[in-house]
Amino acid sequence: MHIVVCIKQVPDSAQIRVHPVTNTIMRQGVPTIINPYDLFALEAALRLRDEHGGEVTVLTMGPPMAEDSLRKALTYGADRAVLLTDRFFAGSDTLATSYALAAAIAKIGEVFGPPEIVFTGKQTIDGDTAQVGPGIAKRQNLLQLTYVSKIAELDLAGGSIKVERRAEGGIQVLETKLPVLITMLEGTNDMRRGSMADALRAARAEIVTWSAKDAGIEDILKCGLRGSPTVVKRVFAPSPRAEKAKQIELQPAAIDTADGLLAEIFGRLPALEHELVELHETL
Amino acid sequence: MSTAPAAPAAAGGRAGMKKELSEHFKAYKGVWVFMEVERGVVHPVSFELLGEGRKLADQLGVDLAGVVLGPKGEGTDHAIAETFAYGADLVYLMEDPLLTDYRNEPFSKGLTDLVDTYKPEILLLGATTLGRDLAGSVATTLLTGLTADCTELAVDADKSLAATRPTFGGSLLCTIYTLNFRPQMATVRPRVMSMPARREKPIGRVVTHPLNMAEEDIVTKILSFVADRQTGKVNLAYADIVVAGGLGLGAIENMQLVKNLAAALGAEYGCSRPIVQKGWMPAERQIGQTGKTIRPKLYIAAGISGAIQHRVGVEGADLIVAVNTDKNAPIFDFAHVGVVTDAIRFLPALTEAFVRRLSPHNRDRLAG
Ligand SMILES: Cc1cc2nc3c(=O)[nH]c(=O)nc-3n(C[C@H](O)[C@H](O)[C@H](O)COP(=O)(O)OP(=O)(O)OC[C@H]3O[C@@H](n4cnc5c(N)ncnc54)[C@H](O)[C@@H]3O)c2cc1C
Ligand SMILES: Nc1ncnc2c1ncn2[C@@H]1O[C@H](COP(=O)(O)O)[C@@H](O)[C@H]1O
Repeated sequence: MHIVVCIKQVPDSAQIRVHPVTNTIMRQGVPTIINPYDLFALEAALRLRDEHGGEVTVLTMGPPMAEDSLRKALTYGADRAVLLTDRFFAGSDTLATSYALAAAIAKIGEVFGPPEIVFTGKQTIDGDTAQVGPGIAKRQNLLQLTYVSKIAELDLAGGSIKVERRAEGGIQVLETKLPVLITMLEGTNDMRRGSMADALRAARAEIVTWSAKDAGIEDILKCGLRGSPTVVKRVFAPSPRAEKAKQIELQPAAIDTADGLLAEIFGRLPALEHELVELHETL
Repeated sequence: MSTAPAAPAAAGGRAGMKKELSEHFKAYKGVWVFMEVERGVVHPVSFELLGEGRKLADQLGVDLAGVVLGPKGEGTDHAIAETFAYGADLVYLMEDPLLTDYRNEPFSKGLTDLVDTYKPEILLLGATTLGRDLAGSVATTLLTGLTADCTELAVDADKSLAATRPTFGGSLLCTIYTLNFRPQMATVRPRVMSMPARREKPIGRVVTHPLNMAEEDIVTKILSFVADRQTGKVNLAYADIVVAGGLGLGAIENMQLVKNLAAALGAEYGCSRPIVQKGWMPAERQIGQTGKTIRPKLYIAAGISGAIQHRVGVEGADLIVAVNTDKNAPIFDFAHVGVVTDAIRFLPALTEAFVRRLSPHNRDRLAG
């Protein structure tokens, strides 16, 4: 069996700062990590491989330094890593990203064997759209299973898979045919620690690095900025409320401040006090 | 947006791209809202979107349509009636037993066919698990732009949809356009937009269109559906009062202070993202861009700095009260009332004050 897992290298959001004057994101020195949501997909893939045999290929589209994330994925136990990198990809929105990744997956299929399952994370912490997975599925004509909380059964011989999917009001149990694209829900497993052997292998492994052309992409007009129907026109800081928060001074005894705050709250929301009092009567 | 805009510099480069809408796309008219109906119940986000859609349609001088996909029957009839009651001028209807439960294949084919046939300029969907599953497929099939999780929608001078959403990392928002493709698609999370008023209205124009699919054409089968237990289910999004704690509370034990205040008020409690990451509260309690969006009458935030990803989740509250030791914390830029103090000491005092004020002998004061 062959599984492809799409991972993205993202800045560690916890450490991002915005320049107070220019409002630009200060990226220098911000460490990068594998998009946390993608680790749930990777672990799910590794478990399926461990159980059913086969190989896991990790794929990322990004700048050359995205290689770090791929190496990290190898230390967790992925078998092969593919880096799709080309200046033509810069500025891709979801449509252009899914175009490039779908092309790379097709190429991976040609070179290393067609995947039965393609995994993505639920969403990225920088793009945060949850749309690249469904985009890849549509372009690759894969059946799509999003927000999967559990892979209940994989029948390779019969070419089918059964999963539990998080729907709005409950859990859907779905059965479909391979090949599929799965977007894995967060919190569904814990990433393993990776063995010493994997760490050594990862350090020496050769990362398959492809340009757009290598991946068989002929129409670069479908890539990057030019292939993106959406255009970012304006980036701005949210405006503060015209009137700043009324700040209540801390009184020596906190309890006075609390009463003062209540007066302020119920002064502004008198109806709420009545509702609360009624509620308390029924309690 | 899979790749976040790097900075205003890059955005400036994109802004240089001109709008060149082809003749074909100029024929696209009207604002559509995909009505999310599950098991006969319309998701409230669809009504919230009708409210937004109404404003956009009025500014553009076009019709607002609700798109209903479902099986023939009571649930679908009810959804149609409600779509009109919440402001739609017409309904596009696809009735088929295959649309009983949500599955990607029939819904994405159905919605794509409707768009190709009736050509809307704007298509809005809720950013729910269903809406996101569907929007990504439909946008990719149509090869058009999709802006996810918008917090503001507007029509600009040249009648394009300006979709604003928070962008990564820091305290920034970005406005995104789909210049040369139609429809302009956007998703919005539940509770981000306010609920419009419901007005009883007769059923208006309903345009029906066939799905043209057979069960054999659909590969994915639903084996069963396990509904969430209603009891004990967190209903943060629709709560009247919400109390939340952030990293400023310093320790897992102090989460109890938040819960105590919530209990005294009959409120729901929640938290900022780092609290979930630390495992101090479960993920379903997270408030903000990647958690729940709330619109309570009263929101009390203790030890929360007010990052943009948190702010977009709470801005719809009628009254925001912030407790923070730092008088320059960003939360004071959008809170209505601020208390600059140590929340760990203040929360118990506040709880006690509420209990006293709402106690039986005080209600006579209110009644009188
Ligand atoms: C893509 C993305 C999505 C995100 N989604 C979300 C989301 O959905 N929800 C969310 O909340 N965050 C989200 N975040 C994280 C967000 O950017 C902030 O990091 C987070 O909201 C900060 O949490 P906090 O306010 O609890 O902690 P901090 O920012 O560390 O703030 C703690 C605050 O407590 C104050 N404080 C300290 N001690 C005390 C005390 N004793 N009493 C009172 N106040 C005290 C401090 O002055 C400070 O203002 C997201 C980030 C990214 C990049
Ligand atoms: N540049 C990329 N390279 C590889 N995978 C990606 C990339 N961008 C997005 N993905 C995958 O698509 C998922 C959804 O991303 P998004 O639509 O940006 O929220 C992520 O969790 C990844 O698995």
